Amino acid sequence: MRPIDWLTQVLEVVAALAVAPLFQGWVNQCRAWLQNRRAPPLWQVYRGIRKLFHKDAVIATNASPLFRVAPYVVFATMLTAAAVIPSMGTRLPFSPAADAIALVGLFATARMFLALAAMDVGTPFGTLGARREMMVGFLAEPALLMVIFVAALISSTTALPSISERLATGPLVLSPSLAFTGVAFTMVLLAENGRLPIDNPATHLELTMIHEAMLLEYSARHLALMEFASALKLMNYACIGFALFVPWGSATGAAGPFALAAAIPALAVKLLVAGAALALIETASAKLRVFRAPEFLATAFLFAVLGMLVHLLLGA
Amino acid sequence: MTVALGAPLDQILALLCAWVAIGAVGLVRPASLKIAGRTLFPLGAVCGVAIAAIAAIAATHLSQLPERLELPIGLPALPMHLRLDALSATFLVLLGAASAGISLFGAGYFRVGQGTPPGLLCFEYHLFLASMGFVLLADDAYSFMVAWETMALSSYFLVTSQHRIGEIRRAGFLYLLIAHLGALAILLCFGVLQGGSWRFTFDAMRAAHLSAGWAAAAFLLALAGFGTKAGLVPLHVWLPEAHPAAPSPVSALMSGVMLKIAIYGMLRVAFDLLHGLPGWWGLVPVGLGLFSALYGIVFAAAQTDMKRLLAYSSIENVGILFTGLGLAMVFRGAAMPTVAALALIAVLYHALNHAFMKSLLFLGTGSVLHSTGERNLGRLGGLIHRMPWVAWLTLVGALAIAGLPPLNGFVSEWLLLQAFLHANEVPYPFVDMLLPLGAGMVALVGALAGYVMVKFYGVVFLGQPREPSLARAHDAGRTERAGLAWLALGCVALGLLPATIVPALGAVASSLGVGALPARGGPWWMLAPLGPQSISYAPPIFAGTVIAGVLLTVLVVRLAYRRPVRRAPPWACGAGPLTGRTQDTAEGFGQPIRHFFTPWFAMRRHLPTPFDTAPRYSVEIGDRIWRALYEPLAGWVDRGAAACAVFQRGRISTYLLYALATLCLLLALVI
Repeated sequence: MRPIDWLTQVLEVVAALAVAPLFQGWVNQCRAWLQNRRAPPLWQVYRGIRKLFHKDAVIATNASPLFRVAPYVVFATMLTAAAVIPSMGTRLPFSPAADAIALVGLFATARMFLALAAMDVGTPFGTLGARREMMVGFLAEPALLMVIFVAALISSTTALPSISERLATGPLVLSPSLAFTGVAFTMVLLAENGRLPIDNPATHLELTMIHEAMLLEYSARHLALMEFASALKLMNYACIGFALFVPWGSATGAAGPFALAAAIPALAVKLLVAGAALALIETASAKLRVFRAPEFLATAFLFAVLGMLVHLLLGA
Repeated sequence: MTVALGAPLDQILALLCAWVAIGAVGLVRPASLKIAGRTLFPLGAVCGVAIAAIAAIAATHLSQLPERLELPIGLPALPMHLRLDALSATFLVLLGAASAGISLFGAGYFRVGQGTPPGLLCFEYHLFLASMGFVLLADDAYSFMVAWETMALSSYFLVTSQHRIGEIRRAGFLYLLIAHLGALAILLCFGVLQGGSWRFTFDAMRAAHLSAGWAAAAFLLALAGFGTKAGLVPLHVWLPEAHPAAPSPVSALMSGVMLKIAIYGMLRVAFDLLHGLPGWWGLVPVGLGLFSALYGIVFAAAQTDMKRLLAYSSIENVGILFTGLGLAMVFRGAAMPTVAALALIAVLYHALNHAFMKSLLFLGTGSVLHSTGERNLGRLGGLIHRMPWVAWLTLVGALAIAGLPPLNGFVSEWLLLQAFLHANEVPYPFVDMLLPLGAGMVALVGALAGYVMVKFYGVVFLGQPREPSLARAHDAGRTERAGLAWLALGCVALGLLPATIVPALGAVASSLGVGALPARGGPWWMLAPLGPQSISYAPPIFAGTVIAGVLLTVLVVRLAYRRPVRRAPPWACGAGPLTGRTQDTAEGFGQPIRHFFTPWFAMRRHLPTPFDTAPRYSVEIGDRIWRALYEPLAGWVDRGAAACAVFQRGRISTYLLYALATLCLLLALVI
């Protein structure tokens, strides 16, 4: 491993930490503009997190240590995930430690801790949220894995940086299997990050909420970590999408410092476009009933399966 | 050293006999809990550790294997053949290591009460252990079947130890019945495997040449026989009845260890004894396995009894084991030795994993059952405050069985998925397209396992207690904690050290002639089964990063923002105080799965109308396979028996007439 690879690795994690709240702020801004509202400033998410850190924490009387540990675990898993995903360069020193399947496992770990923590206090909203989160997860997780498998079959490896590198350096063709899986991935991204049409990130007390229902008992620094973690999760998902579907622009192979320097603006452009697209999708869609959510996710799973079948049939 | 203490096979044989002897000592004073609990069960645990250690050492010194022994007991023409090879050594490690934790737990668990006295229980328990060991060592059909039947009978008596309860007697009878159907299939399978030589040693079966048709017959008979014992759908119906009926350490032993003995039998037949079977026959176990896995986990999600939930989860895991087994057969037939070895290693690894995690979970439910007297999820909750040791140790098992990294369940899932990703290279048309989709099924099952474990753990240990009596719950005793901790440690170790275990299991695959992995190149912390340059997973680094991330976050948050923590009652939306009854129930938690997989369940539901003065809601979940397959079958058997009963007159003169008629008929035939 060269020093520049270590630099890339550190830069990716630091960038994820720094940019994730800004990215969420950008999505919120775009949503506001599309809805003819005055947009909050870009760093509004940061402000919210900072405000929460400066408050006294209030914890339910019957909360167990699991409840207090969960925010740290969720945050740390998202941070680790950011280290696995190649957002700027594909020669990451950490990548041999965890491949794409382990990455999905990381997301599952975070989800499980979140759901268990939500059940810990024993409030109706918490358990309701946990149940719905697991309902979304049991179809979204295999769909995400199928998306990754298609990319893995194309590049015959499950290491995410290698997949990204092979897709980036291969011939520039529109592969039909990747088109199908791209749709599936977008649907999974919406569902897993609590976006419309599955969950509404703008609501705080509604009978149909999922993510917010699980966080109702959290306050102050614990809530701040959870909010930060969900911003990181959105950023991570976006970066997985870039690595699989728009891998161009990041520093591949034995690239030097210039390629890395060029990768930073490339990532910024991708994030800007993706954020705007996400806001557009969210504005254009209405929230589904909770029981329609499995259908939505089953469709995503089927799209991913279709993508794999197309790849196996056509070899593309 | 081996010269002084004898060969590993002799040592293991001596330890198995020691198990029987320990059990026999229990019979001396059957009513004494002191002897059984304080002395015999811990001694049994020591024997288990010793067996695991010896087998592990033997498995790493492959040059001395296989090792044979012939004991002059048994049939006149067929003395008892014993053999220790890499495969049986691996399963002996599983048996010894997992049973050590269970025995330790059992030392504190069994109480004097109604049902079987502790000394007798101790005898049955250790006989059960020893018979499983003999199944693993047996090298001829006769001793295999004797050990197999001893295993079935001793476990039957263990299941029915609370024999005063009618439900448990019924469950035990069902188990006995189906176990014998399975044993019959295995016996017939050995009958086919000897291939006309009429010699029933396994060596003769290895040398026999079967035609493709007979090989297929032997394979299907083995699949039926061992599948019955393992709980493969549709032969699974006894499992969710019998496993929960047994005392918890016995449930742990049956789910954690005995199912693996059935897997061992299947592996032994499919990869060692049986030759000349085309590889595509492996698709049968792949299909049945995937279906079992999904079926098991979907039904687990709908259960409200915590032990039944775990029993259905065992069906899921057995399904995954059979899937991997079939996959290895397909790859072996397709001349893809490296991937075949990978699939087989995934099976062996998952067998080891499941032995530890399922035993841990069953023992956890045992502690809960002891301290609360409740098996129904609807009457539990909030036990993490009352039983912190059990709760935190069980959490390890729950996270592991949900397949979360860096625990052990993830490793075997990872290996299996990696094997599945090569399924598009098999040279059969259509199969190369359909088989990779199995990876999606495995992923779906894994995600559902997470759902089920959140339900199990969240409802039992988290939230508010659903009954006032739960306030009196107490944590497990010291030996019980030690047993749980041993198994939890096994889960963590298997999760963190796959790079040292996988090559050892690879030696099993190559000794069976399935294939070999590339020579190992990576360091001890890096699992790279297909060579250092390809896919890899490094659990110690992975776990270290996550833990370091947690600690760093705690440190930073503590240093930067030292604000106090206040305790307050949870927010109740302005309504009255929240009680245990305002939270989600187990039925409620399983509802999305019931909704999504509605056609799978035979559901009987009663919904109250708005005009009911005393509204009641009830839902009853039945097994469609039971109603569609077993109930008609039982009806036919009953009718057949009734038809035969015509001959049973109860008068001696009639029976003499039958005897005379038979004699005349036989004479007529002979002459």
